Parts: sequence; C-alpha cells; structure tokens
Amino acid sequence: MKNITKNFPLVKANDKVIFAVKMGEIHALVGENGAGKSTLMSILYGLYQADEGEIFIAGKKVNISNPNKAIENKIGMVHQHFMLIPPLTVIENVILGMEPRRNYFFVDLNKAASDIKNLSEKYGFKIDPWAKIEDVSVGIQQRVEIVKVLYRGAEILILDEPTAVLTPQEVDELFKILKSLKKQGKTIIFITHKLNEVMEISDRVTVMRDGKVVGTKDTIHTNTSEIATLMVGREVLLKTSKIDQKTGKTVLRLEQVSAFNQNKYPVLKDISLSVKEGQILGIAGVEGNGQTELVEVITGLKPISSGKIYLYEHNITGLNPRKIRELNIAHIPEDRRKRGFIGEYSVAENLVLGSHYKPPFVKGSLIDFPAVHRYANKLIADYDIRPAVKENLLKSLSGGNQQKVIVARELQGEPVLLIAAQPTRGLDVGSIEFVHKQILNERSKGKAILLVSAELDEILSLSDEIAVIYEGRIVEILINKDIDRGKLGFLMTGGSSPGGKSNKTQYADTR
Amino acid sequence: MNKEKIQKGNLFFSIVEKVTPIIAIIGALIIGSIVILLIGEDPIQVYKMMFGLAIGNRDGWGNVLFRATPLIFTGLAVAFAFRCGLFNIGGEGQVYVGAFLAAYVGFTFINFPAIILIPLTIAASAIGGAFWATIPGVLKAKKGIHEVIITIMMNWIAASFTFYLALLYKAPPTEAMRMAGVQQMIPHTSEIVEAARLPRIASILSKINIQFPAHNPLNVSFIIAIIAAFLVYYILWKTSLGYEIRAVGYNQTASEYAGINISKNIILAMMISGALAGLVGTNELMGYKFRWRQDLFTNLGFNGIAVALLGKNHPFGVVLAAILFGILSYGGALVNIFTGGKIPRELIMVIQAVIVILVVISDEIIKRVILRRKAE
Repeated sequence: MKNITKNFPLVKANDKVIFAVKMGEIHALVGENGAGKSTLMSILYGLYQADEGEIFIAGKKVNISNPNKAIENKIGMVHQHFMLIPPLTVIENVILGMEPRRNYFFVDLNKAASDIKNLSEKYGFKIDPWAKIEDVSVGIQQRVEIVKVLYRGAEILILDEPTAVLTPQEVDELFKILKSLKKQGKTIIFITHKLNEVMEISDRVTVMRDGKVVGTKDTIHTNTSEIATLMVGREVLLKTSKIDQKTGKTVLRLEQVSAFNQNKYPVLKDISLSVKEGQILGIAGVEGNGQTELVEVITGLKPISSGKIYLYEHNITGLNPRKIRELNIAHIPEDRRKRGFIGEYSVAENLVLGSHYKPPFVKGSLIDFPAVHRYANKLIADYDIRPAVKENLLKSLSGGNQQKVIVARELQGEPVLLIAAQPTRGLDVGSIEFVHKQILNERSKGKAILLVSAELDEILSLSDEIAVIYEGRIVEILINKDIDRGKLGFLMTGGSSPGGKSNKTQYADTR
Repeated sequence: MNKEKIQKGNLFFSIVEKVTPIIAIIGALIIGSIVILLIGEDPIQVYKMMFGLAIGNRDGWGNVLFRATPLIFTGLAVAFAFRCGLFNIGGEGQVYVGAFLAAYVGFTFINFPAIILIPLTIAASAIGGAFWATIPGVLKAKKGIHEVIITIMMNWIAASFTFYLALLYKAPPTEAMRMAGVQQMIPHTSEIVEAARLPRIASILSKINIQFPAHNPLNVSFIIAIIAAFLVYYILWKTSLGYEIRAVGYNQTASEYAGINISKNIILAMMISGALAGLVGTNELMGYKFRWRQDLFTNLGFNGIAVALLGKNHPFGVVLAAILFGILSYGGALVNIFTGGKIPRELIMVIQAVIVILVVISDEIIKRVILRRKAE
C-alpha cells in the first residue's frame, strides 16, 4: 500500500501511509487506539476508499472498492467480533453467501463438509464441520472465521486483534495454526495491542501513531520497549515496579458465597476468599466463569443465595448498591459502556455519578452545579482527562479517557476497598500504564484491592495473591511468586494441581 | 489534531439536529400544497388565509393558544416519561380519568369557596391522571411488563369506565328536555360549580384595559401549562431527582451500578407523566365546558405523542410544537369554513401527520450522517 491517505471529516485517519507486506510472512501491525490501523485495514479490505494513494498486490495495481473486490483479490479479514450465526452449523456458516449447489436448487452440504474437512486437516484446525456454532468454544469459533476466509480462497489474511478473546492455551493453538498457514505460503497481517505476541509470532512489525507509520522493523532486530516507545511517542514503563509491603487487617471476606443466574443455574459456588489492607488479590480465569457475578455480589448488584460477605467486621450481605457505595467500596466495572458511565451525560455529570444525591453536590433537592463544576475541573486536571472540557459528553471521549473518568471518580472518595474488573480492557499502552499506576498507588496507600482480569499478564504483574476461578468455583489461591504460566492456564481451564495449596486451607489461613 | 474544527463540526451537527423539526414543517407544508393544487386551489392563498386567520389577530391567537393548551400538557407527559426511557402511550386514558375526577370534585363540593375549590379541582385532575399512570409504572418497575402494552389497554379501560361513570353521574334533564321527553344525546355530567371554574384570559385582560374578545375561550389553564413546562424543565435538569430519572432513561445498568433505585424512578416518572396528562382537565373542564363529556378529550392524549416528538421531548420544544398544532387546527377549521368546505379540515390532519413522519425521517438521516462521521 503506497501513500494511503484517508481523511475523515476533521480527522486525518491515515496520512501518506506506506505499508508493505512480503508474501508469506506474518506481519504485525501495532499502534494505540485511533492510530489508524483499523482504517488502513478497512481500506485494504474495501470497506473504505482511500482519498489518495494506491494499492499493489504482487506488483499489480488493484482497485478495491468493496469487500467482494477484496475477496476477488484473495484478501480476507477476520474481524475482532465474530460474524457467525450461532444456531447454524460450521458448514452453513462457512458457505454462507457462496453455497455450493446441486441441481441448481439444493445446497450441497456434503461437498462443503468435505471441503472444510480438507482445509481443516491441511492447517490443523481440528474442527467438526457438523457442529453448531453455539456449542463450540470461542477459540473454535475463531477458527471457523479463519476457515471462512480460506474457503473463499484468501491468500492474504487480516486478523483484527485475534487474541483478545482467547485463553492462553487457545492463543498457543492459534499461533500454531498461523505458523502452519505461513508454511503453506499464506500472508498474514496481524493487528494487536500485545507486544509479547508481536515478538512471538511475527516476522516483521509496523508501528502506527496518529495516522502515520512511524516504523517497520524486523522482529528479531527489535524489542518490546522499542516498539512501545514508537507506539506512544515516549518511553513507557512496561514492567510495573511493585515493592513488597506488609499487609494489614482483612478488609473483604467472603464466606461460602453462592449465587444463581436468572435461569436459576448456579454461577457462584461456595466462594471463600479474603483481601487484606495493602494487598492485591487477582482473580484469574477464562471469561464467563463467574468473575462478573463475583464482582456483582460484592457490590450489591446481584443477590446471593447463601453465604456471607464482610467488610472488616460488618456483615454487608444483601445491602443495596447505594449502601455499599456509602461504605467506601469503589468499583471499576468490567464493561464500562454498560455500567461505568452514562454516555449522554457530560464529563462533569459522570464524575459525580453515584454521589450525585448528597452534599457537596446537592443543596436541598437541587444539584449544586458550581460545586460540581469546580470538582470536575479539579479531577480533569488531576487525572489529565482529555480533552479537558467538562461539558463534553462522555460518549465522545476515547476509551482511555472514559476509563480515566471512571478511575478518577472511583478513587476520589478514598475507598477502603477497590474492586477493579478488567480495568484496562481495550485501552492502549499509555492508558494501561496510567491505570496500573493508580492501582499500585492505592495498594501503597494500604487499600485492599480485588483485581479481576482476563489478561494473565496484568494479573501476574500486579497481584500479591492469585485466586483462580473456574465454573464459579475458586479452584486455587496461589501466592504470586514464580508462578508458572502454563500451570495457571491449566488451572483456568479446569485442571487441578495436586501440589498447590487448596482453597480450604487458604481460607483457614486468612481467617 | 485540529480540535477547534472538531468542536465546530460538532456544533454544526448539534444545531442541524435541533432544527430538524423546522425542516420537517417546511417539507410538510410543501407536500400539503401539492394536495391543495390537486384539489384545484391556490396553496399560497390557502396558507395565507390559514395563518392570517389563526395568528393575524388577537382572537385568532387566543383560539390557537386555547387549542395548544391541552397538547402542552399531554406533550409534556409523553416527553417526561420518555426522559426516563418510558413510552407513555396512555395519555388518552390519563386525561379521561384526571378530568373526570376533577369534574367529580367540581360538582360535589359545591359549598367550598373558590380559593379552596380551584386548587382542589386542579389537584384532582393531576391525581386522577397520576393514579392511572402509576399502575403501568408499578407493573413496569416491579415485573418488567412493557408499559406500551399496559398503557394502551388502560386507555380502553379508562374510556369505557369514565363513560360508564358519566352515565352514573348524568346531569339531570333540563326543563326543555323534560317537556320534549328526550334524553341526553351525548352523556355528560352536571356542570362544576362557579367556584371551581378558571377565569378566562379575556376577563383578566379587561381589568388591565387590554382589548381582548370576551367570547375567546383562552383561560388560565394556558398559564398553568406554561408553568408546568418550566417545572418539567426545572425538575429534569436542575434537581437530583431529574438527574436520576434521565440517568435511568439513558442507561439502566449504569444507574443501577451508581446506586440509583430504578424501580422508584420509573414509578415516579410515570406518576409525574400521568399528572401532567391529567391536568388537561384544567382547560377543557375548568376553563371551557365546565362538564365532563368524553368527546371533549378524545385524541388529546394521542396528539401529545406527536407534539412531544416534534418538540424533541424538551419542555420548551413541546410548547412550540403544541402552538404549531394549535395554529394548524384552528386555521384549518376556519379555512374549511371560509372556502365553503373546498379545503377539508382533514387536509390539516394530513399535514400534521406528514410533519411527524418527516421529523422521524430527518432525525434518522441526521443520526446516520453523524454515525458515519464518527465511524473512525
């Protein structure tokens, strides 16, 4: 791709981008959110048209005006959010839109099935063509997406943040597949945030910032900190420095807490754990194993069916969310769009969300806007929220700045307990650094922190102790010292380790 | 990256977004003029006549505002509930019940002085409407039953129930009727007492020597409607209650997270919405006909939905939209008379409907344009 420029109204998303991928290589494309990676790939895949510039494939100039043209040119894209139809089978999903026909009218499923089997065997996908999408794991669903692209004859594959939704084991499997695809001569463009993946899988890496390409490197001749510096434009601390410190009293204690979901299906089973002052307890687990519910029962958003929850010595079981907030429990929610803010409210209004009903923000039943605005100005400055305009609607901010608003709001009241769920999801390197600093800062102030994250690296770099959750049960609580990632991944997917400290003994210790 | 430009761009779109109703009105008038041409009349003449008669003189203005008054109330009712994420289709029923309760108070407590009876009757109309809206509110808040279905059904119940009550509290036949041996043609209640009636604007203006035709039906209810619009604005944007109600409307899960009681706010929003609808009783009943007769109120609740839509669910927008509907309705009626029926009243209903459709369409177009621009 040569001199690609794409102007969006008011923003130059791609500015004279030169991007070259060699045939048969795995090429990582990295950059912060809004750096222009997705725009560039959307242009290559025909979703957008470039205002200037040309695209060459194998030296031949091509005009890709829509995704069908991209497919004609053997370019395929696997989106971050899967585009599959859950009740249909793998075959039906793969052939959708280009069904092989028999006698004009009938879909030739058997032919499709054998085609898919061939592909699957060739690249080591290990998928059952007749399985229904809704019955297979996320990792398999992703493979189906890749098969879909290959079935359409793609030689160049664009993968948009493919590892965001996978467990460590699934990531390994994916990388194996990518390597075998490469061996067969396919070209892969791999969009990611995660620098260790760049190092592991790619041959070359291109870094984008502010719509421009700031560098293309051979992976073996670079390192993560160089790439991070290119991405952010300044030096970044990748390793969070954490000093050992003494822990204090037990702040949060759960005693055999169980809960059901809406369908009366148990989602939390006899969970017992505790967090002390000055301690970070990380909850590691594949998403959907009860982490969401665990956070919700502590914050009063979800009722429990049995067990008890204590904050210091107070029984806080069954209190409503407002009461829990008033006890100084801060909560950075896992899904910020769903829980964390009100997009149509301004930055200022969101900074008081949750304390909007009490002084100093209300006088009588009226909101004291001058007080709210003074407070907002202070927090915007303290937390460097950009743009620094308190009237902006929150939905107009970038993900990182939205998260800053939430972090600022939650840490303001000097909480005794911080519950941080997926606190850096979807954030770029700079914002992740910021959030991690804030969490460690709370720890050094002697606050208790419950950290829930699907990012193993985050859990490993921040936590003092790690509780592994699987199918609503804490399978093991480990001290975070020389933990083997493989073992952690093994526990997260339902394996148990006979050598580890069992949940019960840990529970007895903390009591 | 050129932030100033971004700000300006946003400003431009937010302005365009706000003026879509004006574009829609112009579009509707153009479509209306095509219809008029097809009928064989001159659209410019017709529109001139219509607007001239409606807003070219004080009597016209009085009639326009009189017709706008109930629509302000029902429009505010829809807008208020909408801010909490609720679609209150039940304005119609809330109007019937509120007005009937007001009538009951007005013809029952005949010995009360005006200073007590007027506030009491106003309160009765608000309470009646609020009561009728609270039922779907509670069902929604506690059981998650969709308010649209319940309010629609409760419109039918209200219509039949108040009709029945009107038969029960039927006004005694007049002397003439008794002589002729006939019954009431349309069931209606007795008149409310003098002390429960709202004064006409004409009688107030004459005291301060302003010329205003005495027969004009515009009454104090219009002032109540304007006060209600200010109150709605004040509650929604200045109080912590309004903050919570709008928060629930925008994002229930985030509100729950922030410790906001969703059920309480849904019930309160429906209650206030119903009270606003019920206040229609102050205009048609306390200020105009002084008795409950079903056809006085028919369609006022439904037209409130259109008014709220046109007014962008903002109280001041609702007032303007209601006045526009008042102009169309009164001007249309007069044009019908003055052209000897050549331009039917129904044409005005067509224009009203086209305005609503165009508002929805242009909103959708603007939304898509903005979304596309935000795609990156």
